[in-house]
Amino acid sequence: MSDPLLDVRNLSVRFRTRDGLVHALDHVSFAIRRRDALALVGESGSGKSVSAFAVMGILGSAAQITADRIAFDGVDLTSGTPRALREIRGRRVAMVFQNARSALNPIRTIGRQLTDFIRRHHGTTGAAARRAAIDALAQVRIPDPERRFDAYPFEISGGMCQRVMIAIALSCEPELLIADEPTTGLDVTTQAAIMDLIDTLASERGMATLLITHDLGLARDHCSRIAVMHAGHIVEEGPTDALFSAPAHPYTAGLLAATPTEVSSLASLCPIPGGLPDLRGTLPPCRFAARCARKTAACETESLPVVSVDPGHTVSCHHPALTAADRVSV
Amino acid sequence: MSVALNVSHLEKLFPVGSGHLHAVDGVSLTIGKGESLGLVGESGCGKSTLVRVVARLIDKTNGSITCGGTDIGSISARRFGTKPDRAKIQVVFQDPTDSLNPHLRARECILDPLKRLRQDLSRAAMHARVREVAGQCGLPETLLDRYPHQLSGGQKARVGIARALAVEPEILILDEPTSALDVSVQAVILHLLAELRAELGISYLFVSHDLNVVRLLCDRVAVMYLGKIVELAPTASLFETPQHPYTVALIDAIPGRARTLARLEGEPRSPIDPDPDTCRFYGRCPRSSDLCRTKAPNLTERTPGHRAACHHPMDPERSAEAV
Repeated sequence: MSDPLLDVRNLSVRFRTRDGLVHALDHVSFAIRRRDALALVGESGSGKSVSAFAVMGILGSAAQITADRIAFDGVDLTSGTPRALREIRGRRVAMVFQNARSALNPIRTIGRQLTDFIRRHHGTTGAAARRAAIDALAQVRIPDPERRFDAYPFEISGGMCQRVMIAIALSCEPELLIADEPTTGLDVTTQAAIMDLIDTLASERGMATLLITHDLGLARDHCSRIAVMHAGHIVEEGPTDALFSAPAHPYTAGLLAATPTEVSSLASLCPIPGGLPDLRGTLPPCRFAARCARKTAACETESLPVVSVDPGHTVSCHHPALTAADRVSV
Repeated sequence: MSVALNVSHLEKLFPVGSGHLHAVDGVSLTIGKGESLGLVGESGCGKSTLVRVVARLIDKTNGSITCGGTDIGSISARRFGTKPDRAKIQVVFQDPTDSLNPHLRARECILDPLKRLRQDLSRAAMHARVREVAGQCGLPETLLDRYPHQLSGGQKARVGIARALAVEPEILILDEPTSALDVSVQAVILHLLAELRAELGISYLFVSHDLNVVRLLCDRVAVMYLGKIVELAPTASLFETPQHPYTVALIDAIPGRARTLARLEGEPRSPIDPDPDTCRFYGRCPRSSDLCRTKAPNLTERTPGHRAACHHPMDPERSAEAV
């Protein structure tokens, strides 16, 4: 197997706050190979976005980041010089932020924002940069790109802003696209169009994707692998089909049972009891223990094992559901 | 089934620079007593405006609204706010964080509509009612003295529901009640809403963009596109044999489903002074013909109880997969 394109090992992030140290991420490891699509799924506050921000190196100074390794294509991102990082960030790894309307600069036209980016990373200027920007807008299927070039973000719809963000991210032909909830707040039809667009561009260019989402259906449609996060831990990671058909972690099973689908009935919809634990102060080894039906004394005292369910499918749990009979009882 | 709410030929036009924006354009619908009607559509289709007009938060341009036989549409929204009829129709707003006053404790928040609309009650009776409705919504008494920022998302959602139910409405309008919640909490709130409807026998107008949620909670669903209802059908019938191409596209766009039709291209037509003779979906519709440009389709019954406004509807005999 070739080396992964993005390799994150034992990433921990703590935030200093007035109310103490918040343990936002705890020994998170994941890897993405070229052309692969990985989804980070979990509820709000589980650490999905913090993981992406840590990889991009855009967390504020309140964050204390420790990691054994954060490497992109063999280059260590934790020890690189700012100059070396800038070469990777934006050009080889691009990010689409949540809520495009606030991520775009409101007082610059979308054309200016695109050409700024192209000029910075390609050194192209003047008419050539304008041409490249219009091509980028056309590529994300923005109708009438020549006219939209001079539009301000407030003059176009939310779906259109999202497309502009994607156009900016893709204009440098990145090898990895990090998409942080790229379609929240958009209509289902627009969401479908934007996700199709990302899929098409990924397969045309051989781009890898890290999709951050709370929507399991979206992850299932667009990613080959899924990592499930809960309270700063990756509790389970595996191939999409295996995760949906045979979830090994009680939290994954709980998420699936709580999500309405086209076949679920109201009776079959099961909430997950409790909420995320307070991430300040000391936490038990298993942060899901307080909400878990399979909890034993070991969950609150002994450190979490990483159990391999199948090749490429791992779960962090003392009592994973490994057999078919087990899974039914979750 | 007796009728709880009847909306007939409702129009809401907003004046804009060059003409009028037709936000709600001739909508008629009824909700039976104890019935739950879903309302779905893309943002900008007018569903929020429809909700605000029906809830009497803003004034209509034309048409009528009756609630339990009483005309509630003729009086201005401003005066309606202090009438006893105000209690008949209540709204649970979208974001439980934004829709609660941060200066009011949960108890005061639920008490507020009682103080305005039930002045016949004594203070003690009002407080008893707050405790009763909080209990129905699963809010323990200890939480009632907390401020919104001290409550979790699910608890705030419960306060929002309890506040709307306090004055014993006949119709509850739920505007995306779970879209701001995580799935594990959403499941709890959906169960609560289903139980409350069974227990209290009230009617719901349930607005959501999540069709999987609508499917769980609604008896019938209305699909709205650019100010018009394009399809109205019993829930199972709508999901199994959608008639309007737009409904098919909406169902297709739900993540985690097999696709049956090409994705919708383009943007909706302008809602400003639209041509009354052209189907609103013309231009985006994969099945459109010249007829759609020269004659707007009416909402007609295709199969019993299932109405669609389309010249070229899907064949009800064939499943949607065959399209």
